[in-house]
Amino acid sequence: MYETQYHRAASVEEAARLMAEAEDGKFLAGGMTLIPTMKQRLASPSDLIDLRKIEALKGITVEGRTVRIGAVTTHYDVSTNEELAKICPAITSLAGHIGDPQVRNMGTIGGSIANNDPAADYPSALVALDATVITSQRSLPASDFFVGLFETALEPNEIIVAVEFVAPDKAAYKKFPNPASLYAMAGVFVAKSGDNIRVAVTGAGEGGVFRLKDAETALAGNFSPSALDSIAVEPDALLSDMHASADYRANLVKVMAKRAVAEIANRPM
Amino acid sequence: MAKVELFVNGRAVTGEAEDRTLLVHFLRETLGLTGTHVGCDTSQCGACVVHVDGRAVKSCTMLAAQASGSTITTIEGLGSSGELHPLQVAFRENHALQCGFCTPGMIMTSVDMIRRHPNGLDESTVRDELEGNICRCTGYHNIVKAVLDASDKMGKGAVKAA
Repeated sequence: MYETQYHRAASVEEAARLMAEAEDGKFLAGGMTLIPTMKQRLASPSDLIDLRKIEALKGITVEGRTVRIGAVTTHYDVSTNEELAKICPAITSLAGHIGDPQVRNMGTIGGSIANNDPAADYPSALVALDATVITSQRSLPASDFFVGLFETALEPNEIIVAVEFVAPDKAAYKKFPNPASLYAMAGVFVAKSGDNIRVAVTGAGEGGVFRLKDAETALAGNFSPSALDSIAVEPDALLSDMHASADYRANLVKVMAKRAVAEIANRPM
Repeated sequence: MAKVELFVNGRAVTGEAEDRTLLVHFLRETLGLTGTHVGCDTSQCGACVVHVDGRAVKSCTMLAAQASGSTITTIEGLGSSGELHPLQVAFRENHALQCGFCTPGMIMTSVDMIRRHPNGLDESTVRDELEGNICRCTGYHNIVKAVLDASDKMGKGAVKAA
């Protein structure tokens, strides 16, 4: 790892100030991607500004069906939150299947979405849940927040504070993890609130998370796995690599979508 | 340089480290606690697992400066000189190691696992929970047996965060 200067920020304002003063700074949350990347010398920030101890970024609040998850909340804390599990078990289950236990103990929701790895789990949940990303400067819908491969709408000095969403009536997330890395080769999050259905896909898109609008339309008419038989998932804009071709991923997307719909159809919430 | 203040295995320690120093190197080289191993150094193998504020963490993927202010337990902090920790006993009795390189990480992970599953564990849960720990000798069978054995013996609520 190249030399760097570590700073621990006590507040969002201090973090923003430290970043403004840094030559080539990076915000650090759980560090589960950033630290390994720095160890491989693929990143060499002059300064690391640690957000993990900032009180305003911590914690989960559930009021009625409105959920707010602070940016530095770990995957473990999301996965074990009982209030959240009661109204949106899909997201607690998703968090409980990210990486391995040690990653879940350190990795944070804010860090995950700021990195926007095309195979990360949370982006699909946030887009399907029509979540709002609250930053130090503004609030924006998740679908505008995720811009492309490892790219978000965040400005260099902008800090994610929290994620908010209203729990849907029902939701499910199904992924096909790469057996070695455990990253999703295709992951599909389906959320249903009345007639409003949103389907978002991670792990497969060349440009990161995307909505599967054909599936949404098909499910609006008939909310069952078989409704997805007729849709076509085009492989054109899907990732193709040593783990899976675009055609294979297109098939996986459909299969995961069907499994998510089946899970929703078969359970009360 | 960063000032690193930790509470390690019940002892307050203060040291200096480069800002880029990983927690595992601080533990091994500055504090001499070489029970925590560096295996893959790419966050995959889990040989470096320690507890940071009671939770299993890969110490090769955390800076010492990040950990400053935390309470750390390493393999040396389990059990006592006269008495092994129940997981250490279970690993010995079930022949859960061959070369032993992964064992400290396996045990630290398993202590955290048993703490989080006070009502007991089954084989598939243990295998899932060991996802972040790699052993190249045993084929895992006896490790899984040892964790189940320790979980049974440590019983409901008997587990401290270590």
